[in-house]
Amino acid sequence: MVTKTIKVVNEQGIHMRPAGMLVAEMKKFPNCNVTLKCGEKTAKATAVMQIMASGIKCGSEVEITAEGENEQAALDKAVELFETGFGE
Amino acid sequence: MNKYTGKGVYSAIAIGKISVYKRQEASVKRVRIQDAEAEKKRVARAKELSNEQLSNIYEKALKEVGETNAQIFEIHMMMLEDEDYNESIENIIETQMVNAEYAVAVTSDNFAEMFASMDDSYMQARAADVKDISNRIIKNLSVDTTEEGGVTGKMIVCADDLAPSETVSLDKDNVLAFVTAKGSSNSHTAILARNMNIPAIIGVGEEFLKEIKDGDLAIVDGFKGEVYVNPDDETLAVMEKKQNEDNEKKRLLLELKGKENETIDGTKINIFANIGGVSNIGAVLQNDAGGIGLFRSEFLYLENDDYPTEEQQLAAYKKVLESMAGKKVIIRTLDIGADKQVDYFNLDKEENPALGYRAIRICLTRPDIFKTQLRALYRASTYGNLGIMFPMITSVSEVEKILEICNEVKKELDADGLEYSENIELGIMIETPAAAVISDLLAPMVDFFSVGTNDLTQYTLACDRQNSNIESFCDTHHEAILRLIKMAADNAHKHGAWIGICGELAADTTLTEQFLRMGIDELSVSPGFVLKVRDQVRNTDLSK
Repeated sequence: MVTKTIKVVNEQGIHMRPAGMLVAEMKKFPNCNVTLKCGEKTAKATAVMQIMASGIKCGSEVEITAEGENEQAALDKAVELFETGFGE
Repeated sequence: MNKYTGKGVYSAIAIGKISVYKRQEASVKRVRIQDAEAEKKRVARAKELSNEQLSNIYEKALKEVGETNAQIFEIHMMMLEDEDYNESIENIIETQMVNAEYAVAVTSDNFAEMFASMDDSYMQARAADVKDISNRIIKNLSVDTTEEGGVTGKMIVCADDLAPSETVSLDKDNVLAFVTAKGSSNSHTAILARNMNIPAIIGVGEEFLKEIKDGDLAIVDGFKGEVYVNPDDETLAVMEKKQNEDNEKKRLLLELKGKENETIDGTKINIFANIGGVSNIGAVLQNDAGGIGLFRSEFLYLENDDYPTEEQQLAAYKKVLESMAGKKVIIRTLDIGADKQVDYFNLDKEENPALGYRAIRICLTRPDIFKTQLRALYRASTYGNLGIMFPMITSVSEVEKILEICNEVKKELDADGLEYSENIELGIMIETPAAAVISDLLAPMVDFFSVGTNDLTQYTLACDRQNSNIESFCDTHHEAILRLIKMAADNAHKHGAWIGICGELAADTTLTEQFLRMGIDELSVSPGFVLKVRDQVRNTDLSK
């Protein structure tokens, strides 16, 4: 299991578009469980509604955890998306 | 006439007949079933069909509203595949042994409720997305899949709220505007409407739908967020005029942005913009001006409680030059006095301020103020393409003195080791009859002339432009003024200088042809007039 905590840079937080992008990327790691933890809320990185429902705002800290096949690659990809602000 | 107010999301006006959007609501009944697996298969098939439809809508949206806005439908497809959402549907079918439609409807309500209860208006609006995809599945579960949208002819579509897929599925050519009783400016309807370039008023309230019917005449004012139903003749006339003006402006933008300022016979002219502060640069770029022909530096003095420092001025000039990215920027030196007063200058009250201590007259008698501004201008010159223009010139000796001071400033900057550009153009305003009459003597001393028609008119015709009693005597097309401009133009060209016009007359399209024939090189107008003048230039033929 690998984990890393990042800070959300997207001004509007993790709204639909970034959530959609994350899901699309994480589905490329079918045998790896990636979860996001923000405050008290936890969301599967492959569940678009859960991510949105977490209401992750700009500036909040998110703990990303990956477990399973290719876990480091999955984590790196997720971290990259968050850190680059999902291209926004 | 009834008036409703909501949030306008696209600044335009639409006038037309109302069409109340009727949604084919699939009514959902709770039915007991025997075979849960068969029911789950029905859901799978309906989802497949939904996916296909969404992918078609996505393609349509991609063409009509661009990738960023079309992405919503991609996300809708993802929502269809959402694990929690699907688990919830299957659980309801299995545990309650009920039909698929009911399971989807309940799941839809639960998820929509979850979003609606969030403390973020953006997320609250997402409840509509959940309902949108759920309704699609339910519709696809029923045998008769009805076509979406029932609007025919050019209509103002009025609805309770519109789901994104409904907005896009409508025949865009036949929709004049949207009005919804509910919704927020975050709703996709609002965003998509804006991208479809049609006005929409969101959230006018529940009463609206009760009081309108198909075929009612309505005016949608996207500027103010107002809807008039069955307007009276006067309102209709006012709004029709506003609509025409707006359409004309948008047409100009659409057709003329990026086009040359060139007449039919191939004569070219520069069209620049006049601005009074750094905040107007956006309007200059938006209206596609070729440069700034008059940047009034007074604002730096008017907005301050004391003389603005060299550094303060440098920052402002640098900003303008950098924003214009190499396009010409002509900054006029301090032009206060007369109708523009600044307390800390402690100017005496004058009997006749227009003929008094103002503009270059202050600068030449108080060289400390003048030099501070010139130092800032010269230092800023390395950041772009600068021209400096001096106002209220009446004699050769004034220009000599100005050039002398400019040379002193350059020497001082050299001594301080500060850089400046060697390519700064220096010019003078032709706004007194004297300057026009001796333009043959002034032209060899400078790089350009800029005619200030407001003052030139006032001084030539001896008409105070603030006095409304003599308005009828203040003929801005007076032959005397046009002759003075022609004289200045001829003299400028004879001595290798160029000439522009930066007064109000520059935007007077009834004179554009005459100015072109005089050989005027540049017209500088308010940003909003740039394209109007370009339009006039492009429709002029000097060979006739």
